[in-house]
Amino acid sequence: MNTFEFLMQGLLVAAQPMNLLYALIGVTLGTAVGVLPGIGPALTVALLLPVTYKLDPAGSLIMFAGIYYGGMYGGSTTSILLNTPGESASIVTALEGNKMARAGRGGPALATAAIGSFVAGLIATLALAFVAPFIVKVALVFGPREYFALMVLAFVTVSSAFGDSTLRGLTSLFVGLTLAMIGIDQLSGQARLSFGIPDLLDGIEVTTLAVAMFAIGETLYIAAQGDRGPDKVEAVKGSVWMNAADWARSWKPWLRGTAIGFPIGAMPAGGAEIGTFLSYAAEKRMTKHPEEFGNGAIEGVAGPEAANNASAAGTLVPLLTLGLPTTATAAIMLAGFQQYGLQPGPLLFATNPQLVWGLIASLLIANLMLLVLNLPLIGLWVKLLTIPRPWLYAGILLFATLGTIGANPSVFELGMLLAFGLLGYVMRIFGYPIAPVVVGLILGPLAEQQLRRALAISQGDITTLVASPVAVALLLIAAAALIIPLVLRARGRGLVLSQLAASED
Amino acid sequence: MTNGTKPANAKRRPDGAALVIAVVLAAIAAVIFWDVSRLTGAAGYSQVGPTSVPYAIGCCLIGLAVWTAVAAWRNDFPEREPQQFGPVVWIVAGLAAQMLLLNVAGFSVATGLLFALTAAGFGRRKLWLTIPVGIVISFAVWAIFAKLLQLSLPSGPLEHLFF
Repeated sequence: MNTFEFLMQGLLVAAQPMNLLYALIGVTLGTAVGVLPGIGPALTVALLLPVTYKLDPAGSLIMFAGIYYGGMYGGSTTSILLNTPGESASIVTALEGNKMARAGRGGPALATAAIGSFVAGLIATLALAFVAPFIVKVALVFGPREYFALMVLAFVTVSSAFGDSTLRGLTSLFVGLTLAMIGIDQLSGQARLSFGIPDLLDGIEVTTLAVAMFAIGETLYIAAQGDRGPDKVEAVKGSVWMNAADWARSWKPWLRGTAIGFPIGAMPAGGAEIGTFLSYAAEKRMTKHPEEFGNGAIEGVAGPEAANNASAAGTLVPLLTLGLPTTATAAIMLAGFQQYGLQPGPLLFATNPQLVWGLIASLLIANLMLLVLNLPLIGLWVKLLTIPRPWLYAGILLFATLGTIGANPSVFELGMLLAFGLLGYVMRIFGYPIAPVVVGLILGPLAEQQLRRALAISQGDITTLVASPVAVALLLIAAAALIIPLVLRARGRGLVLSQLAASED
Repeated sequence: MTNGTKPANAKRRPDGAALVIAVVLAAIAAVIFWDVSRLTGAAGYSQVGPTSVPYAIGCCLIGLAVWTAVAAWRNDFPEREPQQFGPVVWIVAGLAAQMLLLNVAGFSVATGLLFALTAAGFGRRKLWLTIPVGIVISFAVWAIFAKLLQLSLPSGPLEHLFF
């Protein structure tokens, strides 16, 4: 069967009434949670993971797809209506979008973001469907050493290539890798770093860590900033519809944003939200209205928003085909797969094609639902933004602990939640990135397995790691991604890199 | 290391808090080495076993600790926002209360307390109002998730009263 037939089959799976309902619940919940200020896609996905616990794998992953896209969309609404710089993945959207909202053009800004997200999501998901089988074919010949090299590359790009400090990125990564060792070693069955505590033998749950670091750490950090007065939510005045000039100025940025965002998300080295910045820069250079940039140019919303969604779909390429998460969001989605004992990767396409293609097809459906759902419901989302902060954060912590309790109602698990929450808070104070901890925790054991397999095959000969051209190339790219930013920062050029950092809490 | 290059913040004192981080990283490495030393070296014929990777990570952590110490010495860390610890104490108290009461008082009461104490951390100190509100909301959440979605949330006296 070719890709097209697989996709059709997937659409049949996704179009079953129950699955449509799951997708609808997913996009609604995802948007509602994603809209809340301070909650980005990663936290949205982590908070809503427990909702899917009791569903069958297909239904759960379909709901998950909806949550993922919904969370992405909700984040852009927040940044347009509420200028919270550095809040989520869509910082760039806030640059122009919030200016537009202040000028009374919030409606068209939201519309171009929504339609741009739809266009980008549609094209990028189709691209995912057509690219994935090729990567799967390539990945089938990968051995342990190639996988290990790939994971090293992911580690480096997630932790140190972007952001404002190699040191702090690497430290976060190694905190995650240390936490990953806790529990029973998967190859030898020996307990490591568990200090005789039975609760630690199973290791640390990715969702517990992610929820603690993103939700509790963020809540503590915001609370510790003290009362800064209420945030100003821009009212949506006038029509939410775009006029002809808006359309004429939006469609090219949508397509360019998609073309920039998807490849960047799809590279195993992607991860960061570089796509949105590149798209913004491209639009700024190509615009016919340069005077509007900085004062609310619609191109500056349309392009980055499309790039954002396209790279979100792009990160699913390494996740589904290689089992390689390159963002915190993808890491939590991998945890979502693992709760059903599914390991994404080339084999999943062979053993469970219905599930994979059902997921990809439901991304298309979720995308369409978001477009239909979001513009009419914009009033509701605006109301969510005006929840006073005490109730908002009290509610966030309620749901954050709900997920942990639902997965494992033990005092010990809640104690870990509190401890990691405090860790997340301290890391925020000192400017350590959070995402590398989460990625390190989930990818650490996989990387160790591949490394030990590779070394077992070669009977302990370390040079085996660089004995294949693919592995050498990947390791060289990883080394470059580690060293070049170090040199750039040492020469005082680090500012560009820290602007490219992905902050996706 | 963006702001350590130019003397914008000219106070060249070592960053004490960052030095503490360096010590903590070294301590984590020490714990790893100690833990690994207990494991029987089941390395097998390939000389790689459950101890190899922890050793490597421990060594990297030592390296990072040294690097952090150097950065702290040169005051390379970014400037930190002033923190108010009052709200943090409220919220941590809420999480601790929920943790300790969960299996005794049930989900609604324990989580209601967390809700009220978090709101208190953000400035709503009227606990006589926020605790009942929190318990009602938590009970509604419990009903939805435990009954409709069949999540296993611990029930206490309050939940038994209704179901």
